[in-house]
Amino acid sequence: MDVFLHQFLNLEIMRQAWPIIFKGLQMTALLCLAVIPLGLMGGLVLASASLSRRAVLRGAVKGLIDLFRALPPLVLLILIYSGLPFAGLNLSPFAAVCLAFTLNTSSFYGEIYRAGIESIGHGQWEAARSTGLGAGHTFAHVILPQAVRNVLPDLVSNTVEVVKLTSIASVVSFTELLYAADMARSVTFNTSPIVLAAAIYLVLLWPVVRLMSRLEHRVAA
Amino acid sequence: MTPLERFVDTFLNPRLMARYWPDIAQGMLVTVEIALAVVVTGVALGLGLAVLRSYRVRPVNALIVVFVDVFRALPPLVLILIIYFGLPNIGVNLSSYAVLWLVLSLVLGAFAEEIFWAGILSVRKGQWDAARSTGLGFGRTLLYVVLPQAVRLAVPPLTNRTIAITKNTALGTVIGVAEIINQAQTAVSFSGNATPLMMGAVAYILVFIPVVLIGAHVERRFAWRRA
Repeated sequence: MDVFLHQFLNLEIMRQAWPIIFKGLQMTALLCLAVIPLGLMGGLVLASASLSRRAVLRGAVKGLIDLFRALPPLVLLILIYSGLPFAGLNLSPFAAVCLAFTLNTSSFYGEIYRAGIESIGHGQWEAARSTGLGAGHTFAHVILPQAVRNVLPDLVSNTVEVVKLTSIASVVSFTELLYAADMARSVTFNTSPIVLAAAIYLVLLWPVVRLMSRLEHRVAA
Repeated sequence: MTPLERFVDTFLNPRLMARYWPDIAQGMLVTVEIALAVVVTGVALGLGLAVLRSYRVRPVNALIVVFVDVFRALPPLVLILIIYFGLPNIGVNLSSYAVLWLVLSLVLGAFAEEIFWAGILSVRKGQWDAARSTGLGFGRTLLYVVLPQAVRLAVPPLTNRTIAITKNTALGTVIGVAEIINQAQTAVSFSGNATPLMMGAVAYILVFIPVVLIGAHVERRFAWRRA
């Protein structure tokens, strides 16, 4: 038991590691602030394109979405981070991570928006258009607000997944929370810094997870 | 060399493809094996926990809820690092393959429990009452009446979640599991060429595009509401 406490819950080591872990946490926050809005916007673009009247555009977007949903995010990240330099494009870890995660999360957000938009009855389009609103205004002011409300739990749940996803950035040496914790682990030969990082993820995400499962059960019941 | 030739030489080099495809194929096998193992143990764990939860023993249910919440909130990579680097320090040695399988099974188990439990809750109370009034006991009502309906409701969300979690087998590369991306990265560092990376990406697409398409089909097929 003592060995366990010493290895996993060593408060002294956690205290020492705190400054660099806190820096990592700030980078994780920065990454989330970049990737979540980019993904939400990219998803909206993909969703509106996948509802386009042009079959070619629809097909192309569908293909792209399937492609980015089939590639594990880590693979996409490694492809961009280690592949692009061979084409003469050197991206910083931050840029590579943002690009990879935006492509990945846009596809997931896009599918969620699409489900939401398809859940709105056609009468809403016709009613809005008949009052004189253009197609763009109808989409922005009538369809989208209702669509987003219908799929809000899925959007929140995907956002939790995005925050968890940022931990993968550690693989390409982006100094976010997990990378900082793992660095502290390799210096101290002790797992406590990673347990501290886990505790931070838990504090950030547990309330949202709890809220989601209550929402889900209410819908189900 | 023209730019096009240089591009082909760097990203789609036939000589390197011929040389490294056995490694990539080996990696595909590892990815598929671990993914299948995770699906079996994860779904079984989730179903078992959901059944256990429906007996509504308070302390047990509190433990299940804590387990489910923790494994839904933590990034899988964090769990992988804690277990892979932590356990040897307290005298438990697991191979990187076992760690990857264990962590992903626990994560899938947590999500699956939540989905099965939502399914069980959504079966109307009248179904329970009717089954019990015919003389079936609690266990049999659960097994023969409630679960078949709950599982059908659970299939579409469970399919999506299962696919998302099996894709996390790629995280194994961080602790040295020789799956697709690991083989590809090794080949890149030996050959100094991006071709193996492209092969790795194609290998993932070959493995997961059918899974994504089957998932979409399953979702449509089971998309009916409760009776």
